[in-house]
Amino acid sequence: MKILLEKSAFDIETYLKNGGYEALKKALSMKREDIIEEVKKSNLRGRGGAGFPCGLKWSFIPKTEGPKYLVCNSDESEPGTFKDREIIHKNPHSLIEGMAIAAYAIGAQTGYIYIRGEFARETRIIEKSLAEARSKNFLGSGILGRNFSFDIKVVRGAGAYICGEETALLESIEGKKGQPRLKPPFPAVKGLYQCPTVINNVETLASVPYIVLHGGSAYASIGVGKSAGTKLFSVSGPVKKPGVYEIELGMPFKKFFEEELGGMREGEKLKAVIVGGSSVPVLTAQEAMAANLDYESLQQAGTMLGSGGMIIIPERQCMVEALFILARFYHHESCGQCTPCREGTGWIEKLMKKILEGKGASEDVDNILSISENMMGRTICPLADALAMPAISFIKKFEHEFNAHIKGNCNLCRK
Amino acid sequence: MLGENFRKDFQKIMASSADAQSAVLALLHEIQKENGYVSEEDACELSELTKIPYSRIKAVMTFYTMYNLKKTGKYHIQLCRNLSCHMAGAPALKQAIEKNLGIKEGEITKDGLFSFCEVECLGSCGTAPVIMVNETYHENMDEAGLEKLIENLRGNFKK
Ligand SMILES: Cc1cc2nc3c(=O)[nH]c(=O)nc-3n(C[C@H](O)[C@H](O)[C@H](O)COP(=O)(O)O)c2cc1C
Ligand code: SF4
Ligand code: FES
Repeated sequence: MKILLEKSAFDIETYLKNGGYEALKKALSMKREDIIEEVKKSNLRGRGGAGFPCGLKWSFIPKTEGPKYLVCNSDESEPGTFKDREIIHKNPHSLIEGMAIAAYAIGAQTGYIYIRGEFARETRIIEKSLAEARSKNFLGSGILGRNFSFDIKVVRGAGAYICGEETALLESIEGKKGQPRLKPPFPAVKGLYQCPTVINNVETLASVPYIVLHGGSAYASIGVGKSAGTKLFSVSGPVKKPGVYEIELGMPFKKFFEEELGGMREGEKLKAVIVGGSSVPVLTAQEAMAANLDYESLQQAGTMLGSGGMIIIPERQCMVEALFILARFYHHESCGQCTPCREGTGWIEKLMKKILEGKGASEDVDNILSISENMMGRTICPLADALAMPAISFIKKFEHEFNAHIKGNCNLCRK
Repeated sequence: MLGENFRKDFQKIMASSADAQSAVLALLHEIQKENGYVSEEDACELSELTKIPYSRIKAVMTFYTMYNLKKTGKYHIQLCRNLSCHMAGAPALKQAIEKNLGIKEGEITKDGLFSFCEVECLGSCGTAPVIMVNETYHENMDEAGLEKLIENLRGNFKK
């Protein structure tokens, strides 16, 4: 069962032939509350990483007069994640239609698509699609003859992972440094330009037309339990067929790995899997093989579904080096506001470098563990946890590789 | 000095922005598109044009890594150094780029044609390793492809 990537439609004519914008027409004849109710019933959860129930988020928007905003998070900078890009390449109008429906439901007049600065080609695709949608009056004033006006602006980021965090993203749209805001107030109350704002990921919004067209319960029946619907997984690493896959939530990893990805490439052996983007704890091959790809099952396995950015790690990759690369990334991307994050990510990077270069001692590994423990839950945003959690999991699960480095005999590194 | 082209775009960008501050990222992108980087002088001029204090513009241009604060080559090569690209051979590509261009990471060639730096994940990990030349992605890169690409860019320039 596929929804997002079932049929690709690069231009609006194809999208219309595929039944596109029918959901918008239907939505505009519904009551706003009823749309939110359907989305609640669908059990659609945020696909950007946190998995927050989408309908519930929309229902937090106050029903007062005054400007409200809908923001699409297209920052896609979590290492291992390249799924939103696929939606933009293959089905850009599903995003625009989803945004128009969401805007109608929450009463927003203006929408923003915040897209990472490096995605120049994708920005052009979105601009072209927006122009097409305007020309057919799916955007603009008095949409489809109704008393509803809505348009979308595109804002390009400029290279900062932290701007994927929703409040940093708002700061960035406002033309400032991308530093996360203290919550509360939550964006639903005080968001963009201090007005009520909903922020959703590309994939979340692109799932909305299906829900409106087929009803919330139809969507809820796809997948397993509370993990409803389909999910995109972007898979990298030395498997036979890396790429973006849309699957029903709940598929066993083993089946996905063997049947969709075609297993490992010749001469490679599976060692570990990062299931949901670089911020989630790593699984050993054995753990991954026993897990199903849905929110609950992955939580039970000690990790998270996250963004669905799946990184397959082969036997030949040294885990000390892998963690060093991640530590360097998070340190580089820390916005610097909170001491535990700014200093903690820096220390971990430094200690990891020392261990990687064979100059480490076992105290260094213990120190990384205690620094990680002290970083978690003590900061404005979860970027600190996004290094701490993987760090702890790498060390606990691949201790022998850390020990080998300390003894100077890691046979995976030529160093 | 900000050029004529920039001044034309300036009006357009300001007009479509909610306020002057909200235009800063787009304006800096525009300056960089023209000059390859954002100089202190250009940032000062931008501050005068927008009436936004220089310190606030400076805060933005130093926060976001896409803004180059020093001169880049006509072709600015960026290589992803994150995990998926690393596993797919980014370190060897780095060596090959440095050797081919005769510069180190963070440097620019004497003729001003190429500059090279490493960046974090470019959101294209399934086709790793990835390099960017100016605004264009080059995916599934290997050393042979890299040699060819650089030769082509050199050739373009001579024409
Ligand atoms: C450091 C950090 C980076 C994030 N990066 C992204 C991102 O690139 N794309 C995204 O959609 N969400 C990202 N998020 C999650 C957003 O804060 C937010 O939860 C999400 O955009 C909400 O949309 P959703 O409910 O539809 O998932 C990030 C969060 C953090 C803490
Ligand atoms: S946790 Fe890190 S990235 Fe997040 S606000 Fe604090 S310093 Fe910035
Ligand atoms: S790791 Fe290189 S593009 Fe993501």
